[in-house]
Amino acid sequence: MSGDERPAPAQVARLREVVKTYDDEGLRVTAVAGMSFDIPRQRFAMIVGPSGSGKTTLLNLLGCIDTPSSGRIEVCGQDVAALSDDAVSDFRSQHIGFIFQNFNLVPVLSAYENVEYPLLLLGTGAAERRERTEAMLASVGLAAQRDHRPNQLSGGQKQRVAIARALVKGPELVLADEPTANLDSHTGAAIIELMRKVQHERAATFIFSTHDPQLISHAEETYTIRDGKLVEHRSEAA
Amino acid sequence: MSLLLKIAARNILRNGRRSLMTVLAIAVGASAMLLFGEYIAFMILGLQTNMVQRIGHLTVSKRGYFELGSGNPAAYGITGYRDVMKLIEDDPVLKPMLNVVTPNVTLFGIAGNFDVDASKTFFGSGVVPSDRERMRQWNEYRFERTAPAQAPAMSDADPSRGVIGVGLARILGLCRPLELGDCPQAPQGASSASAPSVQDFSELAQRDLPRTAPKRGLPRIDLLAATAGGAPNVVSLYVARAEPQGVKELDDSYVVMPIDLAQQLLYGRGEHKAVGIVLQLRRSEDIPAARARLESLFKAHGLELEVHDFTELQPVYKQIIGMMGAIFSFIAAIMGVIVLFTVVNTMSMSVMERVNEIGTTRALGVRRSGIRRQFVAEGLLLGVLGACAGLLAGAAIAYLVNRAGLTWTPPMQARPVPLRLLASGIQPLVIGVWLGLVALATLAALIPANRAARMKVVDALRHV
Repeated sequence: MSGDERPAPAQVARLREVVKTYDDEGLRVTAVAGMSFDIPRQRFAMIVGPSGSGKTTLLNLLGCIDTPSSGRIEVCGQDVAALSDDAVSDFRSQHIGFIFQNFNLVPVLSAYENVEYPLLLLGTGAAERRERTEAMLASVGLAAQRDHRPNQLSGGQKQRVAIARALVKGPELVLADEPTANLDSHTGAAIIELMRKVQHERAATFIFSTHDPQLISHAEETYTIRDGKLVEHRSEAA
Repeated sequence: MSLLLKIAARNILRNGRRSLMTVLAIAVGASAMLLFGEYIAFMILGLQTNMVQRIGHLTVSKRGYFELGSGNPAAYGITGYRDVMKLIEDDPVLKPMLNVVTPNVTLFGIAGNFDVDASKTFFGSGVVPSDRERMRQWNEYRFERTAPAQAPAMSDADPSRGVIGVGLARILGLCRPLELGDCPQAPQGASSASAPSVQDFSELAQRDLPRTAPKRGLPRIDLLAATAGGAPNVVSLYVARAEPQGVKELDDSYVVMPIDLAQQLLYGRGEHKAVGIVLQLRRSEDIPAARARLESLFKAHGLELEVHDFTELQPVYKQIIGMMGAIFSFIAAIMGVIVLFTVVNTMSMSVMERVNEIGTTRALGVRRSGIRRQFVAEGLLLGVLGACAGLLAGAAIAYLVNRAGLTWTPPMQARPVPLRLLASGIQPLVIGVWLGLVALATLAALIPANRAARMKVVDALRHV
């Protein structure tokens, strides 16, 4: 079913003729070759494609941690190219949550402190911070492990902490790069369920880069890319 | 504790062995600088004490004496010096600062011992014996004394008793009467090689000197000098004691005698003057104030006098301080370089190990400056830990050294004194070493911190 056949909701991201090239040991590589599409709000969106197709590069561009070589990207209504480096950092802090394939928790912080971290960056008051952090840890089922360091947690628990960290500040957009790749299928399924649940509860937009058929089966928007180009966009009814 | 310091502290603990080595390197630097600084401080105060005991803090002399007078001290005598001393002692500003105000006479001539046909040019000083003893008790910094206090060799009541250097005593053949050890006999005829004819001198002495009875057990020497009027004059001095001087040239020519005798030698029957008026203050920190007051006092009374402090009269004092300062700076520079490289190395390794973490926190919204602050905070903490540990270790070592009973002979002194590392009044040194090393460790961390802050987020996240 094509997404163009129904009225699109407000977009969380707009890409227009976006190109991203980089040098790889003297070789010019085009990772994103002129993509133009919109990603609607409050959807479970997947970017799929074979390895090297440009999925991660596209996710980095959407997450404002990389800049396009040409073209224009708007994320949450903001033309990111117009912002300074500090302003982009602040923008990420306020609007975007990240979930990484390798969890990427800060190793010297406990589960609680990892989840609290984004709120500290936003300057949230102590009482509100504590309340939101504890609620978030409870919602991912890790209230009992709040004082555990990452090395004391299983892979699934780490990813739950990462999800809690991404969502605790109530971002408009959550980007997840292969979030189930390092988990067994049972844990992966549980993590997917958790993400579905919090996405519905918090009305956030999730954008995944993934190969995982289990995760893809939950997609509401699917963007298939190959050789840096969008080759198909499928949208499920809201 | 802020998140910044929490992460910094935990990362330091996480890499315990590496952090320990870094902290140890900083601590060794801090200890070395502290101990050497304490040693220098002790040495300088000891040197100052020795000089102030000998020549006081300030010396008042006739204008021009400091530049030209040492060649002819008699010509630069202070007329009416007792009035000048009274003016100084009665001044309400100076009075509370003063410990001793005493006149002195500087002179030189030829000392001879006719019993053994020996003579030698001498450098003499005429002093008030009781004032000399009081000056020798000055001990602002409360140094311990190694040798038990000797009974005064001179007395105000006996103007014919004096003290000479051990070297001069040897040259004049006074080893046996003064019971000096380690005293080789001079070959026949060698002792008066640098002096004028001993025979001429002895004839003059026998003609001019009154026939006094020898003092019980004290050897006598005769002193020949030119009076202010240019006539030769001779006096006898009974040597009560030989005292070693720290400088050989001085030891071989030093004579100290009661001022009355020195004035008699220098001025004969003329008006007795003083070449200098020595002021010993209660506290050395009063030198500038006392000097300024003296100068204004002399100006107000139209006195052609000048004032010099002991550092001007003994330039070697400042030279020793300068040399010690240069050695301290050199050691501090070496320690600083070691700390710098150690911290840079430690923090660089920390950055390399945490590239992914840097990418993650940047993605979460930490600014480049936040990353820089994070690593600088770790350098700061390492510096604080190392500097505190070093200062504590330094204090412990100083405590042990100060109780080990070590002695040493400082420059320009003849007798050994206790070796101490000054443990009080060194707050500026402690604060300086602490701040210097902490600042250095922090600055050293800035180099890898900048490297971390400049990383691209995507590259850092890709790092395995």
